[in-house]
Amino acid sequence: MKDVYIIGLGQTEVGEHWETSLRHLAWEAIDAALKDARLKQPDALFVGNVLAGQLSKQEHLGVLVADFCGLRGIEAASVEAAGASGGMALRQAYLAVASGMVNTAIAAGVEKFTDTVGSRATAALTSATDSDWEAAQGATPAALAALIMRRYMHEFDCAVADFAGFSVNAHANAKTNPYAMFRNTITAEAFAKAPMVADPVNMFDTAPDADGAAAVIVAADDFVWAHRDASQRPMIRIAASAVATDSLALHDRPDPLFFRAANLSAGRAYKQAGIEPGDMNVLELHDAYTVYAALSLEACGFAPRGLGWRMAGEGGISLRGKMPLSTFGGLKARGNPAGATGIYQIVEAALQLRGEAGANQVAAPRWGMAQCLGGSGSTAVTHILERVGRDS
Amino acid sequence: MEISRNWRLQKQRYGLVGEVCEHCGSKIFPPRDVCPACAEEAKTLYQFSGKGEIYSYTTVYDAPDGYEEQAPYTVAIVKLEEGPLVTAQLTDVDNGKVEIGQQVEMVTRKLREDGERGVLVYGYKFRPSWSDENLRVG
Repeated sequence: MKDVYIIGLGQTEVGEHWETSLRHLAWEAIDAALKDARLKQPDALFVGNVLAGQLSKQEHLGVLVADFCGLRGIEAASVEAAGASGGMALRQAYLAVASGMVNTAIAAGVEKFTDTVGSRATAALTSATDSDWEAAQGATPAALAALIMRRYMHEFDCAVADFAGFSVNAHANAKTNPYAMFRNTITAEAFAKAPMVADPVNMFDTAPDADGAAAVIVAADDFVWAHRDASQRPMIRIAASAVATDSLALHDRPDPLFFRAANLSAGRAYKQAGIEPGDMNVLELHDAYTVYAALSLEACGFAPRGLGWRMAGEGGISLRGKMPLSTFGGLKARGNPAGATGIYQIVEAALQLRGEAGANQVAAPRWGMAQCLGGSGSTAVTHILERVGRDS
Repeated sequence: MEISRNWRLQKQRYGLVGEVCEHCGSKIFPPRDVCPACAEEAKTLYQFSGKGEIYSYTTVYDAPDGYEEQAPYTVAIVKLEEGPLVTAQLTDVDNGKVEIGQQVEMVTRKLREDGERGVLVYGYKFRPSWSDENLRVG
């Protein structure tokens, strides 16, 4: 197994890109990442995407994107694991490089949500749930989050307002992220008055579905050392890469209030990296809903069972807090371009470790963790990144 | 049109027929032939009573294609008295006027329709139990 490094980062602004196509969005992110890596010809491309088949009537994204990026001939395929597709694309790129089969690979994520609007888009999103036994009853992803949140509040004695801090923090951090969809500040008072999406999940609990693309270039250690430039930029090593699954349907879990896939994949990642949750300096979790932030914090060992919600109100998740969370706005305020989300998280964590996060920079981080979830926590992909000095 | 797909599931959807695991005794719904508790084969059919209680619930306002006419509607996770949890719409209730722990029973209702000439999909929903003191009159 070779060590794998992230040598290039690219992202597009998250939002409603009415004038830009799926392939063009992907190209923008990949072009930026290749330039950042000073690389012309990568060996392989893995594209994370969820909805193109349904919303753009376009499958076969590996070749679509490779062709459009001027990379005809390379190995390319798309990867799908609902909201975890981006993380899964990086996982495939990591495995390809770590195995020694390729030297360099692109892990990209792209989502073109606005190619279809209205109830058909909502229906497409439900395909990440159990189609026969959840979607058939009219359940949506937001409804599943609401079912979890209602029961969580019932069992752990907290209220909707107790979750506000997650969204307030996300928006505060997105304000200075030029790639974020929502750069407005929100207050706990506004959160309390937000209209309902699926009671008790309100509009400020929920991440916006949006268009976006992000890409990272990964390379094997020997390639990186052979091609190192004179810059003093720190290098980013993928210290851990881990995937785990739970039941597809929420109702099939012995305890629907525990994100077991998140717990398993985080545990495997800590073991691979040889660190503990307390060592982490930057955290990007799947805050598609505020209750998912709470459950992810619990599953990954940052809060005891039933107490994840308390981290929303204690100030520890801000950029200057003990455990900075959603440092560029998270899914909530940067936006949630489904299959690209997992790659945005990696780009953001890597920017932090490089010290290139600008106004969003946390103090001298060494370890960063990104975890994305597919469906109601059915798939979890966790990556841990480490900043490595030039001389080490 | 998803005719075969809905036809295939009619026993489960109309009759709440699941399975029981001969190895560990777990009751299984929906049927899956492999016991989720002990991973052994479980193909013995089991008729569920249709009685249970509300584990959690929500009201859906932003409905997907095929469900828009029903919105807003209440979706619940029901804990069946035999053990399994099942996701199902609640019917014969005012949206949001239910409680965790409330007793419910299965009824058969229309789940969705695929346009004017499309298939009508029927299946289980749950309503407050007739014996339940929470039953609303009128």
